[in-house]
Amino acid sequence: MSTTLFDSSNPARAIAITGSGGSGAVTTGQIMLAAVARAGFYGLMTRSAGPQIRGGESAAMLRYAAQPVACMGDVFDILVGLDWKNIDRFIDEIPLSPDSFILTDPDTGPAPDSLHPAGAKILEIPFKKYTEPVEGGRINMAAIGATGAIAGLPLDALEAAVGDVLGRKGEAVVASSLACVRAAWTDTQAMLCVTPPTGTAPERWNISGNEASGLGAMRGGVRLVAAYPITPASEILEWLAPRLNKVGGVLLQAEDELASVNMIIGASFGGVPSLTATSGPGLSLMAEGLGLAVASETPVVVANVMRGGPSTGIPTRSEQSDLNLALYGFHGDAPHLVLAALDIRDCAFTTQWAVRLAEHLQTVAIVLTDQSLGQSRGVVDPPDSYNGDHRRIRAETPGDAYQRYAITADGVSPMAIPGTPDGMYTGDGLEHTPAGIPSSLHHDHTQQSEKRLRKLQYFDYGEHWAVQSGNGPVCLLTWGSASGAVFEAAERLTAAGSPTRVVALRLLAPLRVEALREALADAETLLVVEQNQGGQCFYYLKSHDVLPAHTRFFGRPGPLALRPGEIITALDEVK
Amino acid sequence: MSTATATDTAPALRAKDYKSEIKPVWCPGCGHFAVLSTVTKALAYLQLRREEVAMISGIGCSSRLPAYVDSYGFHGVHGRALAVASGLKAARPDLTVLVAGGDGDGFSIGGNHFLHACRRNMDMTYIAMDNEVYGMTKGQASPTTAPEWDRCKLTPHGTGVPRFRPAGIALAAGASFIARGFSGDPGGLTRLLVEAIQHRGFSFVHVLSPCLTFRPEHKEWKQRVHPCRLATTNNAAEAARLIQEDDGKATGLLYIEDQPVWQPENEDHADLSEIEAEFRV
Repeated sequence: MSTTLFDSSNPARAIAITGSGGSGAVTTGQIMLAAVARAGFYGLMTRSAGPQIRGGESAAMLRYAAQPVACMGDVFDILVGLDWKNIDRFIDEIPLSPDSFILTDPDTGPAPDSLHPAGAKILEIPFKKYTEPVEGGRINMAAIGATGAIAGLPLDALEAAVGDVLGRKGEAVVASSLACVRAAWTDTQAMLCVTPPTGTAPERWNISGNEASGLGAMRGGVRLVAAYPITPASEILEWLAPRLNKVGGVLLQAEDELASVNMIIGASFGGVPSLTATSGPGLSLMAEGLGLAVASETPVVVANVMRGGPSTGIPTRSEQSDLNLALYGFHGDAPHLVLAALDIRDCAFTTQWAVRLAEHLQTVAIVLTDQSLGQSRGVVDPPDSYNGDHRRIRAETPGDAYQRYAITADGVSPMAIPGTPDGMYTGDGLEHTPAGIPSSLHHDHTQQSEKRLRKLQYFDYGEHWAVQSGNGPVCLLTWGSASGAVFEAAERLTAAGSPTRVVALRLLAPLRVEALREALADAETLLVVEQNQGGQCFYYLKSHDVLPAHTRFFGRPGPLALRPGEIITALDEVK
Repeated sequence: MSTATATDTAPALRAKDYKSEIKPVWCPGCGHFAVLSTVTKALAYLQLRREEVAMISGIGCSSRLPAYVDSYGFHGVHGRALAVASGLKAARPDLTVLVAGGDGDGFSIGGNHFLHACRRNMDMTYIAMDNEVYGMTKGQASPTTAPEWDRCKLTPHGTGVPRFRPAGIALAAGASFIARGFSGDPGGLTRLLVEAIQHRGFSFVHVLSPCLTFRPEHKEWKQRVHPCRLATTNNAAEAARLIQEDDGKATGLLYIEDQPVWQPENEDHADLSEIEAEFRV
């Protein structure tokens, strides 16, 4: 082992770390991601775990580059086995090639046969040798040092990252970890004789999708959150709980999702922008309450972090299969907003935008993210902030003639907030007159239904309804977390001489039909890409008659993430 | 009681000032008319500003009450009134929050919220109007209906299920104020409501409010209802015995105790940019 293993002029690497319970694979990934940040690069770390609460096998997947990283790539450059127990659980998720390297300590036994078909090269690294002289030394820290040296990460970045991630565990842990990292890095580096490149990226953030959703909620003005714990959404709540208190807000742990949705309706009725976070099973339970919010025109936001379904499904892993529920889950004609975040940093922007839209339009906004965004961590450019000044329109001086559900030109009726004299009314899920008095008359139902639809249909959503790139005759249309792989596929195709257009939908309902038609104009090949079995978005778009007849669907259920290479292959097949 | 009373400059509000102009949907003889009247009397006694009172309900005959009170109100979906009220109170601790509902709304479909509202002990008053029947859907058995009541097509041989005992369950779940009133005793009920609103914590007022349409035999309640024989206690064990031995028709304040009220404290000083700094590499 005396030659450079990778092209040192291009720092992009994809690294997977696996191990059994307690081996510290996820911590290893977090430290390496922090090192990537310290070295001046961008990165993305996803994780995969079994269903065990504690101590199950786990894997951390890391990809980094000098430019922002949108998704996991098609193959991994390095697979690190902290041990080889349970590796078979992850083989599907860690594709290797003959150019890949498998790092293994001969002391833990040979890399299993199941890894051999890929033809990857084995590098034997004596992890244990580096930990033995160190009191409290851990194998995964030696792996960080050795892997960092092979991948080309500088030692100072790795050292700083150990402090970033383990600092709260105390000086002794940091000191023993640093000793292992240094010993392994120095020894491995000496064999390789590579000078690590250094990135020059500007200010970046190290943030997870769930943290970004929480931040977007706070930026949008949310000051009350009520929710019931659920995987994989709980980190939104855990991040928000102490931080909401710091800005005068409240987090209420509800007894169930029926309570949480009704609690945020109560809080919003009281004038405070409110949000709940949940996943598919919880969203199912909330459907009735969300219909109440639509009918009573009480703004609320639901951050729904999708997981594998139906039923309990695969709580710890990702799928984009709640779109139908989000679009069609309410009884009656219940116009509302459905949005989807496109990547980790977009969780902040889309959630913030959703809060502002829900508040301004006095309706429900469901923000769809998923486990692959929520529980992944990225080193990214600081998330964009929504600059629009849309806020709830209040009736400040209602007076005797005040009508809570008054018919207005834009369909939005000023809302009197409890405490405001002369604005007293009863918010109602019963159909009502403009004054809020229950009514079963045809006239009132028609007029109020029309108003609830109109306020959403004719609002100017601006340019944020989608993110678009390219203008080639080949077009990929997608939404949510699939966007990362789609954008990368289009970049590769365009670079290879086949200009490829991408339209990634952020606002799914109400659908911007005319704008979408324009975005798709003259596309000769059109493929809708999403991660679910039934083509939920594909058929939704077809129902709006917005797709040309030659449009095709590419998708499959989770939890394996869509990869750029398979999207390119799928496109070849429909061309 | 957390709400400011009307100022001296404004004329005193009378009970009728708290009534809206909307005509109730209730049948003639319904106990809920008297409950509405006692609610407005209690609000007038306390001189609460109408705009600082919020009356929350779910679905059912009694849940129509908010529209008939001239305060802020919210008429939500079946069983979720306490959840709406809890969210409102957490967001707006300055408001006086009242919750109205029936036996089906509160003890059947909303039973879980009842338990957790009792133990959360937020400062609000829950007026549960119990007529032992689902009136709005035309006369089915509710959780408080006697097991042998067979005058309903849905349960032609009776439910065969013992009654839900609201006061005992409220006590076990941690309510800090438990009272029972009767719509046929408006004076006594008004006094209980005043105390309930003044009590800091979750005040549960179980109101016997007959439905003469589907339970005409409730006319007998006038004879059966009696004041509670024992003095009000703050001892949960004594209250449990009192409630357990009671025939379900004893009225009065059964239990009152100062217990910690769930109301979050906010620091309210950080700037969002301080929080964002944690993400910077």
